[in-house]
Amino acid sequence: MTGRSLIATTLAVGLALAGNATAQEFDGVTVNVMTFTGPQIAEPLQRRGAEFAEATGATINVVTVPFSDLYQKLLTDWISGTNSIDAGVFAPQWMVDYVTPGLLEDLSERVAADEALASDDIAPFFREFSQKFNDKTYMLTVDGDFHMVYYRSDVAEELGLDAPITWDDYLAFAAAAHGKDLNGDGEADYGSCIAKKRNAQSYWMITSIASAYIQSQGTSQGAFFSTDDMAPLYDNEGFAEALRVYGATGEYAPSDEINLDVGDTRSLFTSGRCALTLDWGDIGTLAIDAENSSVVDKVGAVILPGSARVLDRESGALVDCDATTCPHAIDGINHAPFAAFGGWSGGVNSKADDKVKDAAYAFFSYVSQPAQSNADVTVGATGFNPYRLSQFESRDAWVEAGMSEAAADNYLGAIQASLDSPNMVLDLRIPQNQRYQQIVLDTAIARFLAGELDIPSTMEAINEGWSEVTEELGMDEQLEAYRATIGAE
Amino acid sequence: MNRERLDHWIDHNSGRLFILPAVLLILSFSLFPLIISGWLALSRFKITADGFSLSYIGELNFKKLLTGSQEFHFLGTKAAIEPFGWVLLALVWGLLAWASWRFITGDRFNLLGLIGRLIAFPLFGALAWNFATTLGESARLGSVSTTLFYVIVGVSIQFVLGTALAFLCAQNIKGRTFFRLVFFIPLMVTPVGIAYTFRMLADMSVGPFSPVWKMLGLGEFSWAADPWTARLVVVLGDSWQWIPFIFIIMLAAFESQSRDELEAAELDGAGPLQVFRDITWPSVAPVAATVVLIRVIEAFKIVDLPNVLTNGGPGIATESLTLHSFIEWRALNLGGSAAVAYSLLFISTIACVSFFQLIVLPMRRTRER
Repeated sequence: MTGRSLIATTLAVGLALAGNATAQEFDGVTVNVMTFTGPQIAEPLQRRGAEFAEATGATINVVTVPFSDLYQKLLTDWISGTNSIDAGVFAPQWMVDYVTPGLLEDLSERVAADEALASDDIAPFFREFSQKFNDKTYMLTVDGDFHMVYYRSDVAEELGLDAPITWDDYLAFAAAAHGKDLNGDGEADYGSCIAKKRNAQSYWMITSIASAYIQSQGTSQGAFFSTDDMAPLYDNEGFAEALRVYGATGEYAPSDEINLDVGDTRSLFTSGRCALTLDWGDIGTLAIDAENSSVVDKVGAVILPGSARVLDRESGALVDCDATTCPHAIDGINHAPFAAFGGWSGGVNSKADDKVKDAAYAFFSYVSQPAQSNADVTVGATGFNPYRLSQFESRDAWVEAGMSEAAADNYLGAIQASLDSPNMVLDLRIPQNQRYQQIVLDTAIARFLAGELDIPSTMEAINEGWSEVTEELGMDEQLEAYRATIGAE
Repeated sequence: MNRERLDHWIDHNSGRLFILPAVLLILSFSLFPLIISGWLALSRFKITADGFSLSYIGELNFKKLLTGSQEFHFLGTKAAIEPFGWVLLALVWGLLAWASWRFITGDRFNLLGLIGRLIAFPLFGALAWNFATTLGESARLGSVSTTLFYVIVGVSIQFVLGTALAFLCAQNIKGRTFFRLVFFIPLMVTPVGIAYTFRMLADMSVGPFSPVWKMLGLGEFSWAADPWTARLVVVLGDSWQWIPFIFIIMLAAFESQSRDELEAAELDGAGPLQVFRDITWPSVAPVAATVVLIRVIEAFKIVDLPNVLTNGGPGIATESLTLHSFIEWRALNLGGSAAVAYSLLFISTIACVSFFQLIVLPMRRTRER
């Protein structure tokens, strides 16, 4: 069977099973889908869009904008009533700002009736948290996102080091590898590469480190605010330690690390120039791309490193882990994997025409269905990472994509460990979370990294900034939303 | 009878009626957004179940910028003024005092001019003081001072180089048509394209010039990590794009000056420097002042280069006022964003009107005399 006929058959079977998108059902329907400037995410949407168009007659028009503009562009288009965009693929953490004014279509009934979607196969975290708001499904997950730490397994072996378990281990690993030639080009390379560029991904990176110190009692404890009075958790010994670690990683990094985003750090890591990095699941699949990677089968992945000391919220001090302070600790180490961003997901404009809504939903369903998704998540260039149970159970697709069985076990094991953790940190999903994270937190961290602020001043800036935003938006509403999103009692 | 009166009225007001559509068009596309953003600057935006709400909060957004939580961002972090700051301050304040004295004692004193100066000079003095207090080792420039740096340093470099190149190309040299074309090309490239090109060129580790940096022992130096080198790279990119603009206009000015005057001066035995100082420069000065004014207006709005090159970093070191406003706007802090934009409008309007009144007009008058 040729590749083309295989795709055609898959399409026919998939769409017939979907039952709501038969061939040419959407003749003449155009769906404008907005997402961020790729190639990641936009590429698979465009590629699958062409397949979907051939099978259904719908035209999928993928509109891209820079990542930092996506939240605002889409929201402005919908809230102002312009409605030039029919659907968006964006962060589920922004969902609250879209659902509250009724901009997102409730997809619950469509999902319930969609057998081809194989909803039960979607990991519970994505199905029950990422896709839903107030128990209704508003988005369809097409990508699974967790932060993990990646290390060079060959370098670890050569230096006699284990994979980092704590953040201090991370620093020790980075120190040992820094300055060594890691890719055989005769030049000194770097111990650690983290995307620290302002207005990019830096605020997620610091949260990944801080989580280990700040959250220890399970997901419903939350890692951003006190669930009692919405006081930010950014002025204490836990966050101070996270800032110390974050700053210290820069000692083993490229000199322009504060101007690197994830695209840059991924290139550096896959070209063999870094011993460690902190990233989403993308590194795992980018590393096996033999054409562009010089670290094929030389990469290990672990759940985010943890800490043997965690924050006592009463005193604001760090205390040693024990059965009470760290009930979910593994070998005395508190791990708090951070579901940063939450995974790219598709949502439909509630004001679009009914036929367009149906076509948009059918398209997202098609992209998410196992036949397409299980292939796409193994290709680094798509930006899609695993989120379906079947993607963790079978190693075949991964081995076929170029990963050794051992590497696949390691990579999927790290994601699975994060998914299974009862102490997972959920990304901030309260109204206007962009003002908290992308403005206040990001700016303060950028100033800290640039040497403008020391640790106490950085914490003070975040604390004051977040409190000010909460006060402006209404403390009671924000607290209620925060407690609801993390499931606080 | 009524018909006659109507015809008469139309005849009488025909000028106004003809111009009305154009006025309405201009009002709807410039004044209306100005009023709306003015309202936004005094409001707080909030997403609600009905869509969104805008609640009036008075001057709070401006207060935050000038004395509140955003003061560090807008005005900068202040510290004791260092020697260079004092020199700068003395220079600006001295210049303002001299200009005031000349106006008061001169023969062009008038009420409107006095009011204008009473608004502009204290503002310039305050901006200079703010710049000086945020210059030191432990201080940090805010977006106002960073924008002023881009405007003053950037436009100065562009004017000097653009004028020099134009003067050279106005001479009878070989291949000048080729050079004219080459010097003009950067102006036609999109600013974002230029920003990405400069980001690539300025990459010390993998950029095309990395072997040179490494040979000079600068392979591990990062311009992006240092506030002043980062600002200079932004100015460099901006200059590369805008020197052609000054070049093309100044070239036209040089080429349109009277040949008779030049030839007469040469016949009288004037040297090249003397010819330039006494004939060429007075002839092109009004054009030079106008081109600088246009560039200053544009430079106040710089956003593409710092956004792409550094995203405003390190810290907030390269963040211009427009980028500051843009970053607030994309997180839907519409009130904060509009307040920054209005502040920029105020500063740039005062600066440009003052430049026109104090530099451009006197130069034109001198030329006419």
